[in-house]
Amino acid sequence: MNKITNNKAWWLVLPVFLLVAFSAIVPIMTVVNYSVQDIFDQNTAYFVGAEWYREMLRSPRLLDSLLRQFSYSFSVLLIEVPLGIAVALMMPAKGRMASVSLILVAIPLLIPWNVVGTIWQTFSREDIGLFGWAVNSIGIDYNYASNASDAWFTVLLMDVWHWTSLIALLCYSGLRAIPEAFYQAARIDRASSWAIFRYIQLPRLKSVLVIGVLLRFMDSFMIYTEPFVLTGGGPGNSTTFLSQALTKMAIGQFDLGPAAAFSLIYYLIVLLVCYLFFTVINLQDKAK
Amino acid sequence: MNWMAWTELTAAFFSVIAVILVCMTVYEIKVPCTERKGFLPISTTRGDRLFIGLLSSAYIHLAFLAFTELSLMIALALSTIWLAVLLRWG
Repeated sequence: MNKITNNKAWWLVLPVFLLVAFSAIVPIMTVVNYSVQDIFDQNTAYFVGAEWYREMLRSPRLLDSLLRQFSYSFSVLLIEVPLGIAVALMMPAKGRMASVSLILVAIPLLIPWNVVGTIWQTFSREDIGLFGWAVNSIGIDYNYASNASDAWFTVLLMDVWHWTSLIALLCYSGLRAIPEAFYQAARIDRASSWAIFRYIQLPRLKSVLVIGVLLRFMDSFMIYTEPFVLTGGGPGNSTTFLSQALTKMAIGQFDLGPAAAFSLIYYLIVLLVCYLFFTVINLQDKAK
Repeated sequence: MNWMAWTELTAAFFSVIAVILVCMTVYEIKVPCTERKGFLPISTTRGDRLFIGLLSSAYIHLAFLAFTELSLMIALALSTIWLAVLLRWG
């Protein structure tokens, strides 16, 4: 197919551009404006320059939640990616069981965040929840409402339960795209199943894994609902991640200036990560 | 526009960004650029280098605010030089 380059085609993007202008560009400009002012009400605002940025970048409360956020997102990736690959490798390739397992694996993806939060909040309770009760009755002291590491573990478990399926489904589709000839060649060479995984399956999964890691990183980086439903960010601040710290500041305390400054820092981090992934995906396309 | 709480500084900031984008567009139409490899590890177009430059300038400013008490004018001057270097040799 011949692609024709015609710059007039950019006019077709105009409706989307207008839509994005009102839903993203204008709000971002407003946030930038807020971030350099101390705002009391609609008519009273004082220009403070970069003061909020300086304060935010040095505030232990937000640096803590930033650190917590990064360690959470990395734990999520560290568990979900290998687990997702393992699940995909174990799923049957053909027949009735293939469809059944696909449906079963996809079920968690259909459940909304707040419902997942509520399910696990009840499920992990030590008095009436099956999971919490079982863990406690085998002698492990587990209570997400009072113990910080238990709460952290529960939020992680929720996310693994909810989203490992996504990685598994992406990898499953990647695995099905490998031609049979590759496996035949490997059998002729008497390759071990580890060698097949290492030299045939894993390299072929690279492009779907990049997308999977991007989606999971971004989603876990914005996590809000699950810890909010579980303990409201507690006990203490142990599961208060970035977006929740931000919401508390902006809506709870109505500190619009500092919250705007922090959300822009948050935005710059997301932008950097997105750009890195974008570059990796582009390089992969070029290599093909 | 009152609800957007504009200040002179932020208005100037966005105007400069808009002017840069317009200039780059005009320049691109007059002299279409080709992708090339400079000192950056990847080959880039002019637009890529502008984006990388602006994003890293934002981080330079944040680093100044986080670690020093120096004036942001120094950060701005440094970023401008960095952006120019990046656009020319990046």
